[in-house]
Amino acid sequence: MPLLSVENLRTYFYTDNGLARAVDGVSFEIGAGETVGLVGESGCGKSVTALSLLRLVRPPGRIEPGSRIVFDGADLTTLDEKSMRAIRGARISMVFQEPMTALNPVFTIGDQVAEVVRVHRAGSKREAWARAVEMLETVGIPSPAQRAHEYPHQLSGGMRQRVVIAMALIMSPALVIADEPTTALDVTIQAQILELLRELQQRLGTSILLITHDLGVVAEAVSRVIVMYGGEIVEEAPVRELFAQAHHPYTEGLLHAMPQVGQERERLATIPGTVPPPTAWPKGCRFHDRCPYAWERCATEHPPLYQIGAGHVSRCHLADEPDRRADKHEPLVVTETGERSASR
Amino acid sequence: MTALLSVRGLTKHFPIKKGIFGRPGGFVRAVDGVSFDVMPGETLGLVGESGCGKSTTGRMILRLIEPTAGTVEFDGVNLLTLDSKALRKLRRRIQVMFQDPFSSLNPRMTVGAIIREGLTIHRIAEGAAADARVRQLLDEVGLRAEYMSRYPHEFSGGQRQRIGIARALAVEPSFIVCDEPVSALDVSVQAQVINLMQDLQRDRGLAYLFIAHDLSVVEHIADRVAVMYLGKIVELATAADLYREPLMPYTQALLSAVPVADPALKKTRVMLRGDVPSPANPPSGCVFHPRCQHPAKDAACSAIVPPLEEKSPGHWVACIKQPPTGVEWGVQQAAGGTKPPSRYLPVAASV
Repeated sequence: MPLLSVENLRTYFYTDNGLARAVDGVSFEIGAGETVGLVGESGCGKSVTALSLLRLVRPPGRIEPGSRIVFDGADLTTLDEKSMRAIRGARISMVFQEPMTALNPVFTIGDQVAEVVRVHRAGSKREAWARAVEMLETVGIPSPAQRAHEYPHQLSGGMRQRVVIAMALIMSPALVIADEPTTALDVTIQAQILELLRELQQRLGTSILLITHDLGVVAEAVSRVIVMYGGEIVEEAPVRELFAQAHHPYTEGLLHAMPQVGQERERLATIPGTVPPPTAWPKGCRFHDRCPYAWERCATEHPPLYQIGAGHVSRCHLADEPDRRADKHEPLVVTETGERSASR
Repeated sequence: MTALLSVRGLTKHFPIKKGIFGRPGGFVRAVDGVSFDVMPGETLGLVGESGCGKSTTGRMILRLIEPTAGTVEFDGVNLLTLDSKALRKLRRRIQVMFQDPFSSLNPRMTVGAIIREGLTIHRIAEGAAADARVRQLLDEVGLRAEYMSRYPHEFSGGQRQRIGIARALAVEPSFIVCDEPVSALDVSVQAQVINLMQDLQRDRGLAYLFIAHDLSVVEHIADRVAVMYLGKIVELATAADLYREPLMPYTQALLSAVPVADPALKKTRVMLRGDVPSPANPPSGCVFHPRCQHPAKDAACSAIVPPLEEKSPGHWVACIKQPPTGVEWGVQQAAGGTKPPSRYLPVAASV
């Protein structure tokens, strides 16, 4: 049985501009000890998916009835708030993108890490502090006993992110959700943090859901990838297969649009247009108006997730009519039509 | 060919104010003696991590920040001695593109007014002629002419960056300082903007100073690349040389830290320990020596400030341990050196 099983998750926001279907029927599983990557561009619904797992979505947003988030045998969507609090931070924890806003500026880092222990476990203040110092050492903070008395502003960005990771891991959670954990960091620090996450995962056996827009990070850090677009999963595959044989035109476009160190200096392929707003997803396939392969069927018939291979699914009618891909042999036509979609 | 822009010994020391009277209690050496040239029609990439001084360098060239020392010559004119009137005139030829497409456009002005402003200030066009020019510029950056009457908030990040480009192009500059122009954009949109910038460069012979932290974007767009660390240029070479054979140990570590989108690839990684030291109190000698992984690192590295030397044609490196070096072995020994320089190439940066 998987550790986490998300079934038909729908998180809608009832805004003044209409109904925003930010997450619209997402289903996936995470096994024990597995690292899964969730990728997509701004507005694809990846962060709202993460917040939904912890039930941190605030009004006007809500998780729609019929959605199920089964964690360790219990459906989190129906749990009362008290039981949910016992899960947050202890069984499922979260690492946010911006370590400066994730930490409270008026408490020492030792206090903040120790607080997690004191909230979830009975025991003395001193024990909690000792445990916090131990955890700060585990995440590689030098001279942790002294640094525990410092405030967040006294630490560098990389060190702050280590503190946030210490808070996330101190209760040995079964699942850590890391939402763009290295996006605000420089590459050399990013390499350190990814290395740390990998090492801690191996040692503690934690499952990780890594949310990122950076395909390079995905390639290095995860074993399975879920690609989101327009509030839906459009492709899911083992990491090697995704990079070697992406099926969905959107995934293909992302891979080609990314400049790579060591790559020939050719013109970058682009995906024309922009991500549509969640209040107005296009009919049929939500990617069809930006897709180089699209034909009539794409504009009318919403594609299901087709099985492509073992553990590989893709939400594209090309799976049904593969010959259509051959007509446009180029991986993704280099188009310079500018941004087609007008403003909202 | 003579350089379009020539920067020599550019320096900015910010005072650290102490106490309630704000007496300077020391200096942050944000930029410390930076020199480089930009040729007409060329893209020079300026890379480095947060706090290395790359943005400050860009801002000093535009005189948005006044330098502490150094010279900036543009087409033979020293920008730093110009009065504000002469400077404004020259700004017609030097433009800027900022990182954040949300804060760099005035929300109360229409797109048309934003692009027109430069035309009016520099008395390039007025009335119907200006309108026609705005339409043409919008078309060139891939936006519809009817967007003229709309406001910035109605546009996506990528579209706003296009508006920023149109504004910069309005006065027909020959040089644009681009400060992280694509780092706030999603991958697919980023590719659109990069392609547009390259097209415009080809069509108009523009030169760019492309400041960025994303090394793969810089490799893609730059002809030559300068790497900064703690306020200094530590390596400068053609993009091809720099990415194929980085010689400065810092560049080696920086390049090897870039995640590669190929899960099948097992790469060796030079892992840098610790953080960048504070520019208020930089290490002695070579500023990188406390974190350096060069096997010949010794006491000389903490004593001698390495000059930026040409190790092979066009490839400039500040490291006394990468041969050839003008800092003789005898001089290094006198400074406590125990390990003679030896060529060190830990990783093939390219794949």
